Amino acid sequence: MHLTGKIAGVTIIIISILAVFSSFLSPYDPEKIDLDSIKEPPGIKHPFGTDNKGRDILSRVLYGGRISVSIAVIAASISMFIGLVMGLCSGYLGGKIDTAIMAIVDLILAFPSLLLAIGVSIIFPAGIYTVMIAIAFVGWASFARLIRGHVLTLKDAAYIEAAEAIGCSRFRILFVHLMPQCLPIGLVMAGIKLGGYVLTEASLSFLGLGAQPPMPTWGSMVSMNRAYIASEPWMVLFPGMAIAVTALCFNVLGDALRDKYGLKMRM
Amino acid sequence: MVGERAQPEVIEKIRKQLGADKDVFSQYAGYVKLLMKGEMGRSYYTNRKVLDDILIKFPNTMKLAFGAMVIAVPTGILLGFIAAYKKDTPVDRIISAVSITGLSVPVFWSGLMIMLFLSLKLRLFPPSGTGDIRFLVMPALTLSLPAIATLARVTRTSVIEISEMPFIGTARAKGLSVFRINAIHIFRNILIPLVTIIGLDIASYLNGAVLTETIFGWDGIGRFTMDGIIKRDYPVIMGCIIIGTVVFVLINIIVDILYHYLDPRVRLYASDR
Repeated sequence: MHLTGKIAGVTIIIISILAVFSSFLSPYDPEKIDLDSIKEPPGIKHPFGTDNKGRDILSRVLYGGRISVSIAVIAASISMFIGLVMGLCSGYLGGKIDTAIMAIVDLILAFPSLLLAIGVSIIFPAGIYTVMIAIAFVGWASFARLIRGHVLTLKDAAYIEAAEAIGCSRFRILFVHLMPQCLPIGLVMAGIKLGGYVLTEASLSFLGLGAQPPMPTWGSMVSMNRAYIASEPWMVLFPGMAIAVTALCFNVLGDALRDKYGLKMRM
Repeated sequence: MVGERAQPEVIEKIRKQLGADKDVFSQYAGYVKLLMKGEMGRSYYTNRKVLDDILIKFPNTMKLAFGAMVIAVPTGILLGFIAAYKKDTPVDRIISAVSITGLSVPVFWSGLMIMLFLSLKLRLFPPSGTGDIRFLVMPALTLSLPAIATLARVTRTSVIEISEMPFIGTARAKGLSVFRINAIHIFRNILIPLVTIIGLDIASYLNGAVLTETIFGWDGIGRFTMDGIIKRDYPVIMGCIIIGTVVFVLINIIVDILYHYLDPRVRLYASDR
């Protein structure tokens, strides 16, 4: 792996640690309103400044990271799992099941992704679970397509034929023999997609469809504070930078994974 | 729609008006029937026809998308060519770094930063609103950033791939000028991936427009969608998503048709069958 890929990986580990231990690390309660210190610029007391309700931005960014990153990771896991099962069934069983699953995949990929995610998330009440569902609903399709392609190349391998010959059930062939072969590709793909999911989560939160206030997320912090961009830019600067750095690290890592495993796919 | 303390009778009346008292399936059938007639219903709030409003706002979004393309296409292709020719040098690495950053920065944040510097600090452009080209520059610039990044990456990979092919070696050996090799031999061959990416970029404009138009107060489909989301004005949201998807599918069809003209191989393959 390149050096940049390693640096990105280490940074992601640091971000994850910061996110997991945000409750110990953050100097203030992220939801505590302190009207004595509203709109304070970054300084010793508040390294990232405070917002219009006197809440410490650093604490909110740390807590927001926990929510934003975990939503992206969980959404990627759900997408991968659904995509894996659908891709396996589609590729191995073939026939009408294949046609049906691929028709759904094409249908989902025919929508502009964020618009479809918006469409899904307005059906449910806004919140973190809704965001996960919306991202996974759109996301599984590209996993399914990739896994299906891989299954098609594996299908005629000697060991699958052998498994069929000794009378393994379809279920067993799918999940015991084929799944372990497809899992690594699924994981690499998940690594590649994570950067995009961080951005989608941020966009949905920005639109007010994500976690609801007072729960901090990076996207909603940018959205709520953008009225103060001219006079108190730090309120928007730091949460936005957190999104950008996290997405950047995931994207660099994704590129490194793509190069290493020679996975060819459209961006 | 009627506030929290509305009379039950009023709520009942509105439910009847909207057809919300019927079951889900007949509501859906009603909507599909409406779509078949070429209508999209009326906004819950303004009671205006959704399709009419979309048709008014659509040209604005097209203007924005066109502006973004005017910035993104030449810049992205040029950066890609430079990166390919300076392959594995610091210049290439810088361009790669810039383009992956462009893909990672959320448009709603880069938009705000562009607004902060160009408008509020340097006072070059009005911060928000709909109007002539001065209003268009900043949102178009914001939308073009991720597009520049993807275009530069794809151009770089394609140019490197094509340059290694034997016919480029022949062209060099014949003593053709570097400009001729690039402009004619290589450029024609990278057109297919480029057209594909530009087509996909238009989809990303539709995604990004929701965020960018909201920030810059540009009166297009994107902001209309956002207003719909805030007010939970479902006919508006549905209409915008449907129109966005129709445009996206149309663009994909156009891209497929363009292949036919750009690449003789596609034509041959089609006539074989």
